[in-house]
Amino acid sequence: MAAIEISGLSKDFLVGFWRKHRFRALDRLSLQIEQGEVFGFLGPNGAGKTTTLKILTGLIFPTEGTATILGKPAGQPEAFLHAGFLPENPYFYDYLTPQELLDYFARFYPLTPEERKRRCDSVLDQAGLSDVRGRPLRKFSKGMLQRVGIAQAILHEPEIVLLDEPMSGLDPVGRHEVRELILQLKAAGKTVFFSTHILSDAEALCDRIAILNRGKLVGVGQISDLLRRQAGYDAVIECPSPEAIAPLAPLAAKPPLYSGGHCRVQIPEQELSRFLSLCQGDGLRLISLNPVRLSLEDYFVEVLRDTESGRAPAAAS
Amino acid sequence: MNSAQTLTIVRNTFREAVRDRVLYNLIAFALIMIASALLFGEISIGIQKTILLNIGLSSISVFGLLIAIFLGIGLVYKEMDKRSLYALLSKPIRRSQFIVGKFLGLNFTILVNTAFMSLGLWAALFYLTRGFEPQDIYIWEAIYFILLQLSLVIALCLFFSCFSTPVLSAVFTFVAYVIGNLASDIRTFGELTENPLLGALTTGIYYMLPNFSNFNVSSWVAHGNPVEGSVILWNTLYALCYDAILVTASVWIFSRKDLK
Amino acid sequence: MSPRTTAPASWKMALLLACGFAVLVPTQMTLNRRLAPYRETPEMIWVPSGKILRALSLGHNGLLADIYWTRAVQYYGRQRVDRKFEYPLLSSLLDITVALDPQLLIAYKFGGVFLAAPPPYGTGEPQKAVALLRLALRENPGEWRLWHDLGFVYYWELKDYKAASEAYLQGSRNPNAAPWMQVMAAVILQKGGDRQTSRFLWTEIFNSSEDVTIRENARDHIDTLRALDDIEELERRAATFHGQTGRWPLAAQELIAAGLLQGIPLDPAQHPYQFQPDGKVTLHPSSTVKLDYGPSPGSL
Repeated sequence: MAAIEISGLSKDFLVGFWRKHRFRALDRLSLQIEQGEVFGFLGPNGAGKTTTLKILTGLIFPTEGTATILGKPAGQPEAFLHAGFLPENPYFYDYLTPQELLDYFARFYPLTPEERKRRCDSVLDQAGLSDVRGRPLRKFSKGMLQRVGIAQAILHEPEIVLLDEPMSGLDPVGRHEVRELILQLKAAGKTVFFSTHILSDAEALCDRIAILNRGKLVGVGQISDLLRRQAGYDAVIECPSPEAIAPLAPLAAKPPLYSGGHCRVQIPEQELSRFLSLCQGDGLRLISLNPVRLSLEDYFVEVLRDTESGRAPAAAS
Repeated sequence: MNSAQTLTIVRNTFREAVRDRVLYNLIAFALIMIASALLFGEISIGIQKTILLNIGLSSISVFGLLIAIFLGIGLVYKEMDKRSLYALLSKPIRRSQFIVGKFLGLNFTILVNTAFMSLGLWAALFYLTRGFEPQDIYIWEAIYFILLQLSLVIALCLFFSCFSTPVLSAVFTFVAYVIGNLASDIRTFGELTENPLLGALTTGIYYMLPNFSNFNVSSWVAHGNPVEGSVILWNTLYALCYDAILVTASVWIFSRKDLK
Repeated sequence: MSPRTTAPASWKMALLLACGFAVLVPTQMTLNRRLAPYRETPEMIWVPSGKILRALSLGHNGLLADIYWTRAVQYYGRQRVDRKFEYPLLSSLLDITVALDPQLLIAYKFGGVFLAAPPPYGTGEPQKAVALLRLALRENPGEWRLWHDLGFVYYWELKDYKAASEAYLQGSRNPNAAPWMQVMAAVILQKGGDRQTSRFLWTEIFNSSEDVTIRENARDHIDTLRALDDIEELERRAATFHGQTGRWPLAAQELIAAGLLQGIPLDPAQHPYQFQPDGKVTLHPSSTVKLDYGPSPGSL
């Protein structure tokens, strides 16, 4: 059974003073997250990532489509027995201490008092909060609050952990700690689904990613697969005139750049051999050929630009 | 499991109110009681007790009203605005439990607050009269009716804060409180007027809005008069019924609301 | 070492505040003087309707009634202190008070006394007093003393002994009523205005009232009646002396010497009575007993 199953999910908001205009925040999103994987949900601000997470956690209701967590409808109490959630920029009752907060939240789960205490202590340890368990939350820095947030998300040992922008606003030490926690969860076999717009984190942590833009899914799959498909070579050719490289154009990933007798063209990996044979044959002198290592950021920007300009998004793998 | 979860919310609501230092209003109340008792040298003896009871019961009512509105408008809106609700609603509970828990929690807070104020009033009464008379027991009836009124105010605040801002919720609640107190006069006005439309409108207001004037017995009790047992029962039924209506409406709205 | 901020120096701030108050206080004092004329004409204020006030009080009608009651008493007292001896607002203030709290008996009783009493002690409107007390009885049917208050207005101010007797009779029908109510009903019907009856009733008012103003008023009446009794008796003895000696006594000692008195007679204010050359007895000039507190002439 998929850990999280999203099918045809759409969300419209009514905006405007008289609430007459329909704004489609999410458009027929379909996604499947398997158990045990760390899944990154990327996209620019306003893409619909938080909307998706809020639908998964029952904070807002979809206009169309379904979402389930371990087979149970998302947002229902039964689903929450198996899932934990860290909201973005969390705020907890600042008159409580972490100990009190966790004890309070733990009471909503079917735990005996001994189990409750054990879980609270264990989770405080895991989040590195044992020293400050008695300090009121209003005195906590952002990084510490984030750790409290993760603590309350894993309190009941859920199989699935949902995190909304877990690294936002953290200093490098904080980011490192959160990363460690996510890796610990993965090692324990949990499914982690988190949204972020920090690509380096996604690269470091995720098994698979999905990219969302303007409510639509524009790319999904393993990072290595996605990058490989786009990776290729950067070739500089000497050519007397633009027309001379016309036969090369279909091979190139993007239209070639011509300036002052030189032409720069990007050739995907799979077209390399054909390109080399074409160069030898058509009297085009190859000046340089360099492999291009596409970073996730490049891929990201490119995919977004493609969708803006209307080109088909990369196929899902 | 369900009721234990709701009870957890009740306890936390009370804890929040206490740590919010809301109970400090009791200090102001105590000062008023002391000041009143000291000023009584100026007034003729027979009426001193009446005046003390009037001041005491009116203060309990006014302070209770202020606290109820002040805490009540924060009930749902503050949680939503500050997003502490997101973490809470990701636990295996229903939204209805949240609303009911908050409602009961705030009622409990007001109950404790009123209990302290009542003790202060009884202390002042003892200081004044150096002993209690049998008809003093009726004072509890007036206090009980004040508690019923306050439960209606809390329910109104809860209802309004499910869909409107804190300031508007406070305004709506206060307006409903004022109109509710004038309810019987509005209906009398409607009966006396020749206009059938106006008459229908006023009768509608009378039955739709909470009728706070049902519970105003303070001046009656301050003269040592009792309130009939049947009136106590019917008023309790009215308050519980209206509370249930408002809480149900709140649950209805809140369960369907997108929390942005 | 206090932190170096960019804030202005503390002494400058303190000086500014002091200057502010130095201007504020005299301004307020001047305002007090200038506003005095606006505040001195309470007769011009709008008098609200008691029923509307009760509706607006949102359940705090008892407290508001107490406040209006206090205002009524202070109004009466202030007019007396200012020697104005007119109380045009008293009736309205009391009406508002009892509209707010129909069980505030003291307000009805106060009106019963001071609306009925003639100037300078009251407003001289006994019919208003009667109306107020009848309202009191409608709202508080179990309070038998109100029949006494009502009957007394008929008896003392209106001289309507039939109505007075009826009121006492009505009151006596209450099982909690004191026995003298029935007695009074009969006595008044039989004897009309009688100084002994009056003294009894005033004494009853004095003993049963909790309001200081009413009690003082009652005590003054009791003193007056006693003084009238004393004067009557002394004039009788003076006449006896005159009959014996052919001249009027000029001092109490003469009567004592003649065996007609046991000691120096003092009025209720502890001043000796004065014997006039024409045989009349009067009060000492510095006595505080008021003879005009007695019932109007032509009755006793």
